[in-house]
Amino acid sequence: MEIINQMQLEFLSLPENEGFARVAVSAFAVQLNPTLDVLADLKTAVSEAVTNAIVHGYENEIGRVMVGAALRDDGVLEVSVTDTGKGIADIPRAMQPFFTTQPEKERSGMGFSVMQTFMDRVAVESAPGQGTTVRMEKRLREK
Amino acid sequence: MEHERKRDTVTARVTGELDHYSAQTVRRELDALIAEPGVKRLVLDLRDMTFMDSSGIGVILGRYRTMRERGGSVAVKNMNPQVERVFTLSGMRQVIQTL
Ligand SMILES: Nc1ncnc2c1ncn2[C@@H]1O[C@H](COP(=O)(O)OP(=O)(O)OP(=O)(O)O)[C@@H](O)[C@H]1O
Ligand SMILES: [Mg+2]
Repeated sequence: MEIINQMQLEFLSLPENEGFARVAVSAFAVQLNPTLDVLADLKTAVSEAVTNAIVHGYENEIGRVMVGAALRDDGVLEVSVTDTGKGIADIPRAMQPFFTTQPEKERSGMGFSVMQTFMDRVAVESAPGQGTTVRMEKRLREK
Repeated sequence: MEHERKRDTVTARVTGELDHYSAQTVRRELDALIAEPGVKRLVLDLRDMTFMDSSGIGVILGRYRTMRERGGSVAVKNMNPQVERVFTLSGMRQVIQTL
């Protein structure tokens, strides 16, 4: 497998940028002519990961969010969302449906479940105090 | 927010994208509508909602809790396929009626 195209975004962890990030990744993905359903899935998953970086990673501060996307010659898009915020101590627990550390903010703990359902692969790397990277893959067109 | 009141039911049209960015405003507007005296049922008409993620699920579930506490209910209608997928995946179908 080879990377045939790649892009990288960096922006401040402001809620205004959630829409920007998901639309930018979806616009990048369009070059492989995915279906509208596939694009909608991708947008939703990116929105979840970027929102988590903003609301959990940098809970009460403004930091930088990095979003990368790479297109592979086998028709798969790799997306990564990185923050250098507070990190996750127990990753398997964080990924369980309905687990949230912000119930008082009306969060329902569904973000990771959405990512896992809408993408083909989701992997989380994180360490407390260092930040979090979510890596996801989605097939955009059949081989 | 566009809305219509019929007896004890208020129908609200939530438009555009419902994410963490817009959640605050939508939450405030819906809370103002259901705070009107005599409102027992909130119907969310989502025909012009173009996008929703888990932040939107939080907004809908939050209003559901408020309405339930006072013996009322929440229903949604006219979801687009993306919104419906997020809605269904979150198990909302079990608690919130779809019209
Ligand atoms: N980037 C991150 N940095 C730190 N903690 C995170 C990060 N992403 C997720 N988490 C932790 O994982 C938990 C689960 O995340 P998930 O997106 O599934 O649910 P949520 O964000 O709490 O609620 P929802 O997405 O439904 O609004 C969060 O409550 C938070 O504790
Ligand atoms: Mg989340």
